[in-house]
Amino acid sequence: MAKKLFSDAAAALDGLLHDGMTLAAGGFGLCGIPETLIDALCASGVKGITAISNNAGIDDFGLGLLLRTRQIAKMISSYVGENKEFERQYLAGELEVEFCPQGTLAERMRAGGAGIPGFYTRTAFGTRLAEGKEVREFNGEPHVLETGLVVDLSIVKAWKADPYGNLVYRKSARNFNPMVATCGRVTVAEVEHIIGSGELDPDHIHTPGIFVQRVILATRNEKRIEQRTLRREA
Amino acid sequence: MPWAREQMARRAAVELQDGFYVNLGIGIPTLVSNFIDPAIDVTLQSENGMLGLGPFPTEAEVDADIINAGKQTITELDSTSYVSSADSFGMIRGGHIDLSILGAMEVSEDGDLANWSVPGKMVKGPGGAMDLVAGVARIIILMDHVDKNGMPKFRTRCTLPLTGTNVVDMIVTNLAVFKRRDRKSKFELIEVAPGLSRGEVRDLTEADYIDM
Repeated sequence: MAKKLFSDAAAALDGLLHDGMTLAAGGFGLCGIPETLIDALCASGVKGITAISNNAGIDDFGLGLLLRTRQIAKMISSYVGENKEFERQYLAGELEVEFCPQGTLAERMRAGGAGIPGFYTRTAFGTRLAEGKEVREFNGEPHVLETGLVVDLSIVKAWKADPYGNLVYRKSARNFNPMVATCGRVTVAEVEHIIGSGELDPDHIHTPGIFVQRVILATRNEKRIEQRTLRREA
Repeated sequence: MPWAREQMARRAAVELQDGFYVNLGIGIPTLVSNFIDPAIDVTLQSENGMLGLGPFPTEAEVDADIINAGKQTITELDSTSYVSSADSFGMIRGGHIDLSILGAMEVSEDGDLANWSVPGKMVKGPGGAMDLVAGVARIIILMDHVDKNGMPKFRTRCTLPLTGTNVVDMIVTNLAVFKRRDRKSKFELIEVAPGLSRGEVRDLTEADYIDM
């Protein structure tokens, strides 16, 4: 049994980083993002990253931190609002952006992790995002060829891990994390709780340890809320 | 008098049926949840991986790990389940969601939709909109009848980048309601806001539609 538990984020990323690498990160908005590992990537100074993530964080949180330090050269995302530094770099031509419909992005990661190099989807047919892509009819409907994604490194946030790297996510913080975990050649997970051997119900594991090579206890669990929306109390 | 946002949302809510699984877009569509008939059972889905959305939380109930696709804090119900983004879009793309209500910048008379790229602003990306219109059985659009410059938003052809082609089934604006039988049919003007004439709606619409 390979030892998967690492002492901290820097140790867990040791030997995995190089300039020009591809990176996939879990999270939706600021929910379920690997905050601790993003900090460690900033500190590492690795540059020229192609980052694949549904969103790009905000100016001072999430992947926005890696944008601010100019460590990201290209983003593949479905939505990149709420980030002024992103906008500035993009408009100045300093940052390359590839938009991908959200469901297609999730499926591209899932496919990549499952050894499927490409798949057809009706999503985006007839739009700018399908330009230049192969189209094929199934049941009389045009579908667009999309490719699976495999990356050098995946980073995910989970709620609990056991020593085998089995992961359980919490509520809507699951989002992209399970697919991100599968599409990395190496996957590092940061978790809120590391629990003992046998303490996870095998029926309740979301990501089996085969997809997770390294685990750390998260030291940053700020979980910033983008839209704190309340109902009036009766 | 034009309908207010709440009235548009209330009108769209009439289209919800017992047993429906529904995805509501960001903005005015989110308001639709306030007007669901309590006598019917409707399950709201959010594409970030939550099926069975409850009301917004009280301060004490706020949980940063429970958000909707608008990144708003939300609560669970007894029926709630969480899934990955891939499974969530499996529900959407796989045709398991009965209805989605979305905002728009333009809709064409053929049902093309443009709602992801704002003119003159940096493109922020489509999010899940392209997946929703490609996969959900029925799409209702809530939008103002004309844009800030007074230009009709229900047009002959969309001038903005498309989200999907031939995907819209019904349009509720602040002035009128248009609906079509199926995606081979033309839209028909079925309701007009109080105090407005059908001719006034016609004058503020570029699209060709049936006006009986």
